[in-house]
Amino acid sequence: MEEAAATQGTTAGEYINHHMVHFNSIGKAQTDIFDLSVINFDTVFFSLALGLLTIFLLARAARRATSGVPGRCQAAVEILVEMVADQAKSMIHSEQSRRFVAPLALTVFVWIFLMNAMDLLPVDLLPWLWAGAYKVAGADPSHAYMRVLPTADLNGAMGLSISVLLICIWYNIKIKGFGGWMHELFSAPFGAHWALAPFNFAMQIIEFVAKTFSHGMRLFGNMFAGELIFMLIALLGGMAALSAGGLLLVLGHIIAGTAWAIFHILIITLQAFVFMMLTLVYIGQAHESH
Amino acid sequence: MNLNATLFVQMIVFFILAWFSMRFIWPPIVKALDERAKKIADGLAAAERGKQDLELATKRSSDTLRAGKEKYAELVVQAEKQAIQIIEDAKAQAKVEADRIILGGRAAAAHEMTQAKEALRDQVAVLAVIGAERILRREIDAKVHAKLLETIRQEL
Repeated sequence: MEEAAATQGTTAGEYINHHMVHFNSIGKAQTDIFDLSVINFDTVFFSLALGLLTIFLLARAARRATSGVPGRCQAAVEILVEMVADQAKSMIHSEQSRRFVAPLALTVFVWIFLMNAMDLLPVDLLPWLWAGAYKVAGADPSHAYMRVLPTADLNGAMGLSISVLLICIWYNIKIKGFGGWMHELFSAPFGAHWALAPFNFAMQIIEFVAKTFSHGMRLFGNMFAGELIFMLIALLGGMAALSAGGLLLVLGHIIAGTAWAIFHILIITLQAFVFMMLTLVYIGQAHESH
Repeated sequence: MNLNATLFVQMIVFFILAWFSMRFIWPPIVKALDERAKKIADGLAAAERGKQDLELATKRSSDTLRAGKEKYAELVVQAEKQAIQIIEDAKAQAKVEADRIILGGRAAAAHEMTQAKEALRDQVAVLAVIGAERILRREIDAKVHAKLLETIRQEL
């Protein structure tokens, strides 16, 4: 696959750039930083497919759940459920909120884990198949763009974190009342005084924005960087055909690819867990008054 | 690294998944977990109760055993006492019987001795009369001296 890319005469830069373009509604790289007329079909497709896989797996375990001796599938799901339920219990003290937030956290964890796990597929596999599909359809395969990792798309990661922000705002209003929340926005953290109100409000807005950005960006950054490194490792093998010491590069590709993939198993799990925990922490904060 | 409408699609997907999970996934699993926890708790409680029951039953059986042994020992003692009593009674009865027989024997012997004495006396009287008759022969008239003879006989 990498060889194919290399022998087609693409440079390393072109190879990376080609991989960075989404399969979107305009058929080429998006130029504006924010353009609502564009939609990334690949991110939508993979996140939706993996979301359905998530709820399919969980629902299968849920439907077969018995209080008797659990099977392996059920036990695995139960371990997750217990873990999430414990974390939710320690951070959200409202029983009623937990009824929504705990399953939300479970879904987020499994879903993000699966989306991140797309990174472990060979980095060129699905784009190569996609290019093949273009060829079969008679289209120009050089325009076959495909990014398989929904969480390495800023839209995917930020979509999740902004959703969490909306849930936080919802719980702020629900727990404290709209007036109570407004009062908190203008009176915390410096204290309730008319002169301090603008600073309080500014600090609160900064806090919300920073929380949401760091929440989404952390996931995005990790997965984007991981994907990029997989591409660079793939380039290592791709270069093999062009140089005399090619065998060494192939060896390097194998060693580096294996090492990074194994390390990445940790990263994808950790990032999914961190995202879930921060979701719980932020929603828990929405329940507490300053 | 550009933002676009995918953001909102992703948010919609997120909320649908969260809702589905809340509605269909979480409750049955948590229910099963709670039920299993309850089952285990019940089982442990039952085991505890069984252990207590066993202890109680053991205690009761040993009590019963001890009571049975006591009763048995008591019965043995009583039986021995009874046996001794029976032997004593038999001995006493035998003694009474023996005394009675001895007494009867003595009475019979005494009676026989009296009879023998009577007979001997009669015979001595007869012999005396015969002797006297032989000596006196005619001098003594049995009819005349009947009174006298009777007196002699009495004195013998």
